[in-house]
Amino acid sequence: MTKIGLEIHCQLTKLESKLFCPCKANYRDNEPNSNICPICMGLPGTLPRLNQKAIEKATLIAMALNCSTPEKIAFFRKNYFYPDLPKNFQITQLNIYGDTSIGGIGEITIGEKKIRITRIQLEEDPGRLIYEGSSSKNQITLVDYNRAGTPLVEIVTEPDFENPKQVRDFLKVLSDLLENLDVSDPSLEGAMRADANVSILGGNKVEIKNINSFHDLEKAVHFEITRQESLHSRNIPIVQETRHWDDQRKITISSRSKEGDLDYRYFLEGDIPWIKIGIDVQEKLKSTMPESIVSKKERYVKNYGIPEQVAEVLSSDKYYSDLFDESHNQTNAKEISNIITTDLMGLADTREKREQSKLNSSHLSDLADAILSGKLTRNSAKNALYEIIKSGKELSTIISELDLGNVSDKNKLEEIIKQVMLEEPQAVEESKSNPQTINFLVGKVMQKTRGKADPQLTLELLKKNLD
Amino acid sequence: MNLKISALEFIEEVKTGNISVEDFISATIDQIKNIDEKLHAFLHVNPESVEQAKKIDKKIKLGEKVGSCFGMPISIKDNICIKNSKTTCASKMLENFTAPYDATVISKLKEQDAIFVGKVNLDEFAMGLTTEFSAFGPSRNPWNTDYVPGGSSGGSAVSVSAFECVASLGSDTGGSVRNPASFCSTVGYKPTYGLISRYGLISYANSIEQIGPITRTVKDTAFLLNIISGLDPNDNTTIDSGNADFLTDIDSGIEGKKIGVIQEMIGDGIDPAVLSATNDAVSKLEGLGAICEPVSIDMVKYSVASYYTITATEAGSNLARFDNLRYGYDLPLEGYEFNSYISKARTKFGPEVIRRMILGGFVPSAGHAGKYFLKSLKVKSKLTKEVNDAFTKFDYLVAPTVPVLPFKIGEKIDDPIALFLVDINTVIANLTGIPSISVPFSISNGLPIGIQLLAKQNDDKKLLQAARALETTVQLPEVPI
Ligand SMILES: [Zn+2]
Repeated sequence: MTKIGLEIHCQLTKLESKLFCPCKANYRDNEPNSNICPICMGLPGTLPRLNQKAIEKATLIAMALNCSTPEKIAFFRKNYFYPDLPKNFQITQLNIYGDTSIGGIGEITIGEKKIRITRIQLEEDPGRLIYEGSSSKNQITLVDYNRAGTPLVEIVTEPDFENPKQVRDFLKVLSDLLENLDVSDPSLEGAMRADANVSILGGNKVEIKNINSFHDLEKAVHFEITRQESLHSRNIPIVQETRHWDDQRKITISSRSKEGDLDYRYFLEGDIPWIKIGIDVQEKLKSTMPESIVSKKERYVKNYGIPEQVAEVLSSDKYYSDLFDESHNQTNAKEISNIITTDLMGLADTREKREQSKLNSSHLSDLADAILSGKLTRNSAKNALYEIIKSGKELSTIISELDLGNVSDKNKLEEIIKQVMLEEPQAVEESKSNPQTINFLVGKVMQKTRGKADPQLTLELLKKNLD
Repeated sequence: MNLKISALEFIEEVKTGNISVEDFISATIDQIKNIDEKLHAFLHVNPESVEQAKKIDKKIKLGEKVGSCFGMPISIKDNICIKNSKTTCASKMLENFTAPYDATVISKLKEQDAIFVGKVNLDEFAMGLTTEFSAFGPSRNPWNTDYVPGGSSGGSAVSVSAFECVASLGSDTGGSVRNPASFCSTVGYKPTYGLISRYGLISYANSIEQIGPITRTVKDTAFLLNIISGLDPNDNTTIDSGNADFLTDIDSGIEGKKIGVIQEMIGDGIDPAVLSATNDAVSKLEGLGAICEPVSIDMVKYSVASYYTITATEAGSNLARFDNLRYGYDLPLEGYEFNSYISKARTKFGPEVIRRMILGGFVPSAGHAGKYFLKSLKVKSKLTKEVNDAFTKFDYLVAPTVPVLPFKIGEKIDDPIALFLVDINTVIANLTGIPSISVPFSISNGLPIGIQLLAKQNDDKKLLQAARALETTVQLPEVPI
């Protein structure tokens, strides 16, 4: 049986500052080595200054993954030399000397599959190394410490996954959950990284390090299973080792580094006293905890009669569910859910599109109300939505500017219908024996009105004229 | 100009207009010029001292608000950062390191118009107890320049003892303030862990060390504590002392207080002169109305071993950042892979630092941690329990600060075990986090002896009252310089 376990590193990108200093947690788009200070550079004499908000966000994650939360947590030093590590030790957490990391044993159910969580720990991200130069002879290594000290949560699972699909399903649920908790933006480059361990029946456990996106994690696991199965089928032993994911070639390669053999000499970080996370703190966090995806989905189905599948899509994406929750009332909820899941999804499916979009929640309720009151057809609403996203203008302005308002004037519509009947005598004739043909005529009316005809009224009038 | 005055006397003299800050600072700088060649307390003298003094005089003249130090000359151990000045830790590794920020204690003293006359010598990275391990040469004891001044804050104690400043800040990891204070006949204070911010103190063993004042009188120490103690957002281990005023009620005395005499510190290996001084101190404490009784703290016998294991482990980690990649000294990077570069760069550490780095790599390592590091932590917690138990019976504990008299430079430098044992009486305050003070008590054959008083955690104010009481019973000869 194949066994896969994951170690997921998730940056708490929604925090203002780094884990132990006042520098920005958002290190992206800065000149190299400009988002630094004496503390995150590990200058002599500096001490870590714990960001309490990070403790809260990490505890939220632990609670959302149903992990046990200890009353007191502690930090440890992981000692090793590396140029991206300003102090040459990393401040992290550990459960060797009792359960002191921010989350203990937990589990999450994905469909029918239960995944056990081993622990959750809070730690600092190192800086980044950038290699320049064409050959190994003139290669130089540059170090950028902007990222050093960014708050990172490590989620370790038991080897409970049996195939890459289960891994993918888990990652989807986890990304949605982290986004919904407002702790992290999984779409940011480098915000989600992972290590995996993979073993097949009769083989040894192989660690894969350096997987820099969730997308590649599934690929890496798939590659590794295939590689191990191929060795196994040829009776070549699978050695216990650490391999690296090569994200250019999309393969795992054996690491020559002795990373697995390093002795990190863990010991308690004396510069950060033990932190109490009492029941009261947990209760307070629970009360401020955003509604879970599961609960949102149930609410959408139960309260508004939104179909399961639509509710699923709506609830699992924080951007959509926030828009929905801010815009709907009892009457227009279903219509808004339709607009979001059929029209908006294509127009705001990436991070860039969402950032550029000028749409707000009142636009959505205006759109839904206009459809429900017959002022706009669905079709015109779609065109209006496109314009709103681009310009952010009020719906009423867009309707008049683009002349999108419904043709609901009976006389005007009757005139158009008569014209269509004259132009399509054959269809008129056919409709007498085949009622389906009437839809063709409705379509023709729509074409003439550029989608603005009130479909209900058109049908009514057509039927009357044909009789 | 009489330089032989205490900090509080200095303030009084300036306030009443008897002396100008400029005159006093100039005389202090002259004193350094005249005698420091012989003593080597200073690694660096602040060339702007006199200019700073003039500014304070001007403020006084104009009736502007002046900080409570009134331009008092203070020396600072060279492991505490002062912005834009070199902070070397007496190591070649940091020979060119200029701190870009002020330690919290430095900002607090700056606000109170203290003048930092210079940075003073120490054992490299505060590892040692004689100041002989300074990469820039040893300091000498003003009482007899053939003798060590103690350490690691040797420069601090020498500069106070030899009137090269009025007060000094040192750091105490296992006795590094109290030991040189004892050897140079000054007051040396190790506060409750967390009372003073360590932000800007270059860590050696961060879980047990504290910055501490070295002064001429107990009152001067209380005065400095009022300025430099308190919660600091930059040091998460600082504690709230509730704005305690350590100076008020300092003359309350110790009548009726119970004092335990630590038996393990007056037994084997103690110099007869030190033993006799200790007995004398106990009599004097009794004369002040205290009740002294023997107390046994069994774990003392393991405390030095535990201390060296813990400090080596933390030092191995704290000093790992000195890889010369971000700051340090000139050593071109070309042609090195990073591991070999770091190894090469770190050969600048001196022999004692390297010895402790090796120890620090070994004792917490996989397969050995259980036998050494974890066992040491157990000793630490057992010792803490024993000490806390003792404080349910006693208000204070008393012992000699150092079991031996100052020894000659070079005498013990090649005998690490003999050196380690000199720490035996001081390390317990660090391992247990309690406050401890060394008070100058007597002179034997021209060499000083200090008496150590200890109190329970957060009883700093009470401890200073006892130290002050003991101090009033002592009359000592003047330092022969
Ligand atoms: Zn920073």
